[in-house]
Amino acid sequence: MPERTFVCRCEDVTVAEVDRTIAAGLADIEEIKRYTGLGTGPCQGKECLSALARHLVARGVIAPERLRPFTARPPVEPVTFGALAAGPPEEPVP
Amino acid sequence: MTAAMGRPDVPLPEAVDVAVVGGGVMGLALAYHLALLSGTGTKGKPGALSIAVLERSYLVSGASGRNGGGVRMQWGDAGNVRLMMESIELCKDLAQQLGINLWFRQGGYLFLARSEAGERRLQRNAELHAEVGAPTRLLTPAEAQAIVPQLDVAEVRLATFNPEDGVVFPWAFVWGYAARAVERGVLLRTHTAVERIEPTDPGFVLRLSTGEVLRARRVVNATGAWSGQLNRPLGIDLPNRPHRHEILSSEPLKPFLDPLVVDLSTGLYFSQSTRGELVTGISLPDAPDGSDEALTLHSSLRFLTHLSRTLVRLMPITAAMKVLRQWVGPYDVSPDGDAIVGPSPGHPDLIQICGFTGHGFMMAPAAARLVARWLFDGTDHPMLARWSPGRFAGGAIARREDMIIG
Repeated sequence: MPERTFVCRCEDVTVAEVDRTIAAGLADIEEIKRYTGLGTGPCQGKECLSALARHLVARGVIAPERLRPFTARPPVEPVTFGALAAGPPEEPVP
Repeated sequence: MTAAMGRPDVPLPEAVDVAVVGGGVMGLALAYHLALLSGTGTKGKPGALSIAVLERSYLVSGASGRNGGGVRMQWGDAGNVRLMMESIELCKDLAQQLGINLWFRQGGYLFLARSEAGERRLQRNAELHAEVGAPTRLLTPAEAQAIVPQLDVAEVRLATFNPEDGVVFPWAFVWGYAARAVERGVLLRTHTAVERIEPTDPGFVLRLSTGEVLRARRVVNATGAWSGQLNRPLGIDLPNRPHRHEILSSEPLKPFLDPLVVDLSTGLYFSQSTRGELVTGISLPDAPDGSDEALTLHSSLRFLTHLSRTLVRLMPITAAMKVLRQWVGPYDVSPDGDAIVGPSPGHPDLIQICGFTGHGFMMAPAAARLVARWLFDGTDHPMLARWSPGRFAGGAIARREDMIIG
């Protein structure tokens, strides 16, 4: 992949940027996310997570069996505050 | 780029002068300031301290990577107002100093009171802030709405606004302190837990999860909500306890919201980060099963619905905005709301820098600097006596601060 190829399209993270984090000693998906912002955009990692995993294995940074995805954050898809506000009322709103 | 972000393979010496346990904002900022003061990394400099920071996971894995990034001087107690005035002053050129974009934006904090009690708190705060020199002003509901036109102020009785308050992007803050600490000669070891601290003479022996052993003349416990796990085996019984807090962010939008808004009645707060996302949390009654104190980091639907109902009522336009993701971080709650900082009871060379009760991130720039000065040459600061871990020996202590949010 050319170095300007985007790994994460939501947050504009390129192959070159991921390679810089590898050179700096970051070695797993969770910490690369925290440095580059990869996976924190609207797709929440659905597009970029596997691309990053593949890249780390291809670069010899981590063995496939040691790969762990970053924590999945609810909701699965973006949901409006309006829809959530109509959810079951569990706490009184003062 | 070198080991600017910490590495799991940084070689450790047999012994260091200061071992900082916990690579959060507090530990890293402290290591950075101590390295600056003592000349760590300067060959042959007399008095230069060797410093290691040990982080059990990756940087920003704990509360430093999970908070809302709010930075405010609107507190209810003069000591905290002054401390945060120092912190915000430091933030103004910290990006240059740390060489990283901190996304620091001073859009102010807007506090809203919807009850008579809240109104009295804001009036009292405004008087106090005027005495201390913080530029907080009282606003009518209409004036508050002029700052945030989308607010429904029908129930708002009074507001305060301080234009110096603001928000930062927490991750960058931590990376910045880490990089500059490493540049100054601090050893930053990630993915390495301190499993036990054993007293020896002088200092301590640290047993690490890698099987290594590190001796340290002085040890700093900067592990926040996790600090009890290291303290208790040493017989250090401090009253700070973890407490689970939830937060969420929305899809990114173009800038529309200047201040961070806080509703005193519900503990709802929301701001727009420089990344464009609405970042918001709320006070939530404890879950009945006690899980909020168990250091679990699970998200809940209960939080999402409660926050959404409260937010949409105060800021109706948000009904059409989308929630992107939610997560959890632990507060390290001290019973009187004041931090627990200084020599540990019975182990004076084990220094606590914990108990910041959900507000350690914003206090870190000033707090870490003043603690570094004290560690370096004993320089005192008015907050140190107040924060002393020994203060609980005489029984319960009255809470001085009522502006703990979230």
